[in-house]
Amino acid sequence: MITLTIDRHVVVVPANTTILEAAKTVNVEIPTLCHIDLEGTCVKSNPASCRLCVVEVDGRHNLVPACATQCRQGMVVHTSSPRVLRARKTVAELILSDHPNDCLTCPKCSDCELQRLVRRLNCRVMPYNDGEHAHRKTEITPAIKRDMDKCIYCRRCESVCNEVQTVGALGAVGRGFTTTIAPSFNKMLNETNCTYCGQCVAVCPVGALTERDYAEELIADITHPDKIVIAQTAPAVRYALGEEFNFKPGTSVTGKMVTALKDMGFDYVFDTDFGADMTIMEEGAEILDRLQKFIAGDKNVKLPIMTSCCPAWVNFYEHDYPDLLDYPSTAKSPAQMFGAVAKTYWAEKMGIPREKIVVVSIMPCLAKKYECNRDEFKVNGNPDVDYSISTRELAALIRRSNINFDSLPDSDFDKPLGESTGAGAIFGITGGVMEAALRTVYEKFTGNTLPRIEFDQVRGLDGIREATIDLNGFELRVCVVNTLGNARIIMDKLRKGELNYHVVEVMACPGGCIGGAGQPYHHGNIETLKARQRAVYAEDAGKRLRKSHENPDIQKLYKEFLGAPLSEKAHHLLHTSFYDKSIK
Amino acid sequence: MKPLNFESLKKLRQKAQAALNVRELSHTAVSEKCCGLETGSDHIQILCCGGTGCKASQSKKIVENLQECVKAHGIADKVDVITTGCFGFCEKGPIVNIIPDNTFYTQVKPEDAEEIVKEHVIGGHRVERLLYVDPKTEHTVSDSKHMDFYRKQMRIALRNCGFIDPENINEYIARDGYAGLADVIKNQTPEQVIETVTKSGLRGRGGAGFPAGKKWEHGRAVQAEHKYVVCNADEGDPGAFMDRSIMEGDPHSVLEAMAICGYAIGANHGLIYIRAEYPLAVSRLRVAIKQANELGLLGNNILGSDFSFDIDIRYGAGAFVCGEATALVHSMEGKRGEPRMKPPHLTDHGYMGYPTNVNNVETLANVPIIITKGADWFASIGTEKSKGTKVFALAGKINNVGLIEVPMGTTLREIIYEIGGGVKDGKKFKAVQTGGPSGGCLTEKHLDIPIDYESLEAAGSMMGSGGMIVMDEDDCMVSVAKFYLDFTVNESCGKCTPCRIGNKRLLEILTRITEGKGTPQDLETLKRLSEVIKETSLCGLGQSSPNPVLSTLNNFYDEYVEHVKQHKCRAKQCKALLTYAVRPDKCKGCGACKRGCPADAIIGDVRKPHVIDPSKCIRCGMCKSHCRFDAIQVF
Amino acid sequence: MAKEMKLACNVVEQVEAICDKFGNKPNELINILHEAQNMHGYLPEEMQRIIARKLGIPASKVYGVVTFYSFFTMTPKGKHPISVCLGTACYVRGSEKLLEEIKRVLGIDVGQTTPDGNFSLDCLRCVGACGLAPVVTIGEKVYGRLQAKDIKKILDEVAAAD
Ligand SMILES: Cc1cc2nc3c(=O)[nH]c(=O)nc-3n(C[C@H](O)[C@H](O)[C@H](O)COP(=O)(O)O)c2cc1C
Ligand code: SF4
Ligand code: SF4
Ligand code: SF4
Ligand code: SF4
Ligand code: SF4
Ligand code: SF4
Ligand code: SF4
Ligand code: SF4
Ligand code: FES
Ligand code: FES
Ligand code: FES
Repeated sequence: MITLTIDRHVVVVPANTTILEAAKTVNVEIPTLCHIDLEGTCVKSNPASCRLCVVEVDGRHNLVPACATQCRQGMVVHTSSPRVLRARKTVAELILSDHPNDCLTCPKCSDCELQRLVRRLNCRVMPYNDGEHAHRKTEITPAIKRDMDKCIYCRRCESVCNEVQTVGALGAVGRGFTTTIAPSFNKMLNETNCTYCGQCVAVCPVGALTERDYAEELIADITHPDKIVIAQTAPAVRYALGEEFNFKPGTSVTGKMVTALKDMGFDYVFDTDFGADMTIMEEGAEILDRLQKFIAGDKNVKLPIMTSCCPAWVNFYEHDYPDLLDYPSTAKSPAQMFGAVAKTYWAEKMGIPREKIVVVSIMPCLAKKYECNRDEFKVNGNPDVDYSISTRELAALIRRSNINFDSLPDSDFDKPLGESTGAGAIFGITGGVMEAALRTVYEKFTGNTLPRIEFDQVRGLDGIREATIDLNGFELRVCVVNTLGNARIIMDKLRKGELNYHVVEVMACPGGCIGGAGQPYHHGNIETLKARQRAVYAEDAGKRLRKSHENPDIQKLYKEFLGAPLSEKAHHLLHTSFYDKSIK
Repeated sequence: MKPLNFESLKKLRQKAQAALNVRELSHTAVSEKCCGLETGSDHIQILCCGGTGCKASQSKKIVENLQECVKAHGIADKVDVITTGCFGFCEKGPIVNIIPDNTFYTQVKPEDAEEIVKEHVIGGHRVERLLYVDPKTEHTVSDSKHMDFYRKQMRIALRNCGFIDPENINEYIARDGYAGLADVIKNQTPEQVIETVTKSGLRGRGGAGFPAGKKWEHGRAVQAEHKYVVCNADEGDPGAFMDRSIMEGDPHSVLEAMAICGYAIGANHGLIYIRAEYPLAVSRLRVAIKQANELGLLGNNILGSDFSFDIDIRYGAGAFVCGEATALVHSMEGKRGEPRMKPPHLTDHGYMGYPTNVNNVETLANVPIIITKGADWFASIGTEKSKGTKVFALAGKINNVGLIEVPMGTTLREIIYEIGGGVKDGKKFKAVQTGGPSGGCLTEKHLDIPIDYESLEAAGSMMGSGGMIVMDEDDCMVSVAKFYLDFTVNESCGKCTPCRIGNKRLLEILTRITEGKGTPQDLETLKRLSEVIKETSLCGLGQSSPNPVLSTLNNFYDEYVEHVKQHKCRAKQCKALLTYAVRPDKCKGCGACKRGCPADAIIGDVRKPHVIDPSKCIRCGMCKSHCRFDAIQVF
Repeated sequence: MAKEMKLACNVVEQVEAICDKFGNKPNELINILHEAQNMHGYLPEEMQRIIARKLGIPASKVYGVVTFYSFFTMTPKGKHPISVCLGTACYVRGSEKLLEEIKRVLGIDVGQTTPDGNFSLDCLRCVGACGLAPVVTIGEKVYGRLQAKDIKKILDEVAAAD
């Protein structure tokens, strides 16, 4: 242990603690900007480059960055001496001198780390503002907006895209004053192998990387007299939406959310959890099918079967592993299954032509914005899901619609696409799809009822988790992966023939969809993710039905419309194909 | 070639020394007599500088011509023509040095070869017109030992430059080359080697002056599967060429030192990170590595011992910041050359994650001789805290431009007025800039401080890598600060805020001042911003980049105030602050200025005094250069 | 930027061979880029993509490195690349004036190439011939102790020598 002095506190910390961490233990909050550490996940970036966290250490000539300076025995640290305050403010002023400063119209306004910091430092003048600005590119993809003039060059996005996701779509370009973060050859993201996972957006402290906003389209549709606008809300949204309205992270606001959507003018509000149950029916059947073939000695069967409900992950293997496209399940994501069913089964039922129906998916996810735009998910140019908005966009729309969210009463989802099980609920978290599938596969494979519904082995936040499940003597080896960097490890092994699992779940975001890029910003606080995770499992535990195949509306859907899982109709509506999208 | 062992190396040295004896003698003994084959000499060596400076003035052609002449006269068996590295006196290059009488010919042209051979080498008569003329006495000086430029120098790191053929390993061996390496491998423990280096007081010549022994000690202490010795040959300081000259003139000393360092810290791999702009140094290093490998002085089982050490070359690609050691390591790993925070120190976590010891070329060049001559010998030279000598690239407005090496503790005055021969064209001395873009400008009042790491820093500058630029009354100190800032802004890696944006803002303010748009407030801002950039930047580049601004502000505050308040540049360098006018009393009305003015700013009839319209004048200075009657006035 | 041209097959092979020569190791990237540029004169996008693929690193990494180092270029240089030394020694001896004059005579800016492809203009910091300051290099040749008035003559000579 090391003893040091920080301001007027004597602090005792383990070796290898940074000044920043040590200060936190005595409630001294040193401002930071570039540093991020989502402890427990692999999201970490510590370039020590913004220099806003500088502190004074007795005996040192220069100020040092608290985020990257380790405590030493007997150190005397001043975190807010006049020298520190002057330097910190000057550095902030320098950042502002190369910043557009148009907070009023910035998507990050009031949620921006720079804005907060500048307020904390009490910057009241901009002494260098007549200087030149480094002008950088702006780009709008279906999922992500880049407004690089706002970039403060913290490089969190670069580190996430390269180190965490190992996609490498973004990187530092150039040198000196005009350095920027950009795709290779300064092209647009859609010309790269970007997966639209949006994790770069999730960590960007400012308004440089944000989601593509579909609010105006949505408002136009809602107010359109002839259009029937239906919402589907993803499992992970309801545990995070409350954060935008000052609820504690992990508060489930399902009922209020449904009420708000109705108040905003959605004609029907359904649950993507229903889509998730459908996914388990199809994917579960596929798993069983391949397992049975495998057990029967079929040498050509592709194992492991991999989940394919995360569109960023789908992009990832379409770009980087085009040779392995027949491993993933062909089941569509829950949101797309939902759209396909809504615009066929439900449309028929209601007697509404599909052109009149607008399906809006409300997602924790930015990749979904891209996914619903894919050509294979359109019928004569009409998409199954018209567009996707994020949890954050929903919050913004609620605020704009003069709704006092706090005091809203609860409502239920509409029927019949609103009924769901605990299995659908846990789709929002890493390991959830696997657990949901296991609940169904176990019962179908063994013919027995599960003795214990929870599969604790696949829960947690670790990047790669493996488990062996005993299916009446058959040892089912499964693996759960989150983040694409971990997926790469698995895929490289698969390519080399060194992977011996039967089923693999992959989610692109740290923690799965609870950590999706469309969620309220976690600002580097891992507790937020953990609270959401707890809420998901609590929801599941409280559900009456916890296995997808027990969902009565699902059973009805198959009976009335689809026939059986993997039937021709199911194939047509609920399955898809993958394409080689590698950049040559 | 057969790999050497300890014994055969010794034998080879004895043999090689015989051949080099004449040269050694000529260097110490004073011989007033001119030697020639006809006047009794039986062997003559012609040394011709093959450094980059002299090569640019066709020294290669001179060598070829000399060789042809020697052949044509049938004296090839009695005369050797040898290409060496830089003599240091590049200003007067190309240099040709005749041994044994040590005649020092300057500014030789290829067509002079015949005369040198016929008159001097054969006839024994000096070619007077090629001799150096002392600017003070206006007498010719033939022996370099008598030249002011050399008299006060002490050549340790440059001991072999301009003396041996860098492409001939035997000549290096003759100068006790690889004796140090042989000695440490055979007779010393690594700890003893480190002890010697520590005791010698050798400090890093790359800028920061970190004690070399201490660094090696750290390197030794770390346990690892592999360790690396890296030679920092990035030499980015614009206007400095010490390291280049050492590598061109004495590449083996660097290789030997790296191997010694490898032995000391327990490393088996060496890497030289060198600027791609130094093709000659690269090729000399390559030749040297090859020869050393062939002789078993590098590679596996050096001299038959169980110590192995190999050396490879890595290229820079035009980024000054890569001289910073962590950035250098990133660059060698194929990455963007961005520095990172320390710790971890490179001695713990360096190239490819392995412990890595980075030393500068000049630091290393001192090592072999410290081993052979001993720590005490080295420690007896220099000042209390700065031992040994320092090489400087003396340049700017000075008579003797070139590469010099002086003991630490020599004063700036001795360097500028004695070695450097004073300010060029009889102008008035104004400032001397040391330490390159990280350093500062020193003035008249600093001329008598003894040069060492601490004194220079106390005076507001830096030892830096050894650039020394002399400025005269025609240099505008605001523009000089702006010049350095411009460099820094171009070379900043952009990683951290204060350096990326702060230096840009400094440059903008300086530019404003040189354009006459500065305000007194700007001077305050310059100072404050400079201080914050220094104390908050991530690496040495940003931590020192405002030094030129701060030191000029300190020493030439009046000049800044003049720019800001009176919109005047006394050195007449800031174009925007100049006024061009015709002196009616001198103007003959010839019209030359009018025809040459690109802005049509001059009016006047033939044979009548002309007039410049200040609103149209773009201050290009064309009129002044066209006027034969000195009638254009600038103020 | 110059219009992207498809690389000739043999160039593709040559670049691949360079990568192979360095064992396709990512830490050899800078050496590889040096050789590729030596061979081809510049580093067009397609070449960088080949290198990225061979080394198994993202193209953005290669591009990030190419744009970091001033030695690497993505635009073809002129037949006679001109570099004006703006190192300190040359600067205080007036190299800026030489630069102005070259710009004026050729009608191009730093980093540009003349329309006939004959000359391109760049600056560099110290070629190590400070004794000859101010210094300009044209191709391999170093011109020292220059004055602005010498420029036109030299450029004419170089152009005429072709
Ligand atoms: C911006 C910057 C540039 C540097 N450039 C060089 C250089 O060109 N050559 C050099 O030897 N050291 C340079 N250094 C110093 C190195 O970081 C390092 O201290 C040195 O190579 C260590 O060797 P030494 O202890 O032998 O001096 C530079 C440092 C900084 C901060
Ligand atoms: S990024 Fe932040 S500081 Fe910048 S304009 Fe947007 S809200 Fe304001
Ligand atoms: S905070 Fe200031 S600038 Fe922003 S809207 Fe209010 S008054 Fe205007
Ligand atoms: S969305 Fe994901 S893959 Fe695309 S740039 Fe951002 S982090 Fe990289
Ligand atoms: S885009 Fe955002 S995350 Fe990326 S470097 Fe800029 S400010 Fe940081
Ligand atoms: S993990 Fe969830 S939120 Fe993240 S990209 Fe995949 S589906 Fe979207
Ligand atoms: S001080 Fe300058 S060169 Fe050093 S890391 Fe910061 S930006 Fe890069
Ligand atoms: S300085 Fe130039 S523009 Fe002004 S008068 Fe003379 S020639 Fe004309
Ligand atoms: S060139 Fe000189 S003398 Fe001739 S008109 Fe101009 S100022 Fe007068
Ligand atoms: S937070 Fe420490 S330097 Fe940016
Ligand atoms: S290069 Fe010849 S004396 Fe320096
Ligand atoms: S400064 Fe121009 S050659 Fe050195």
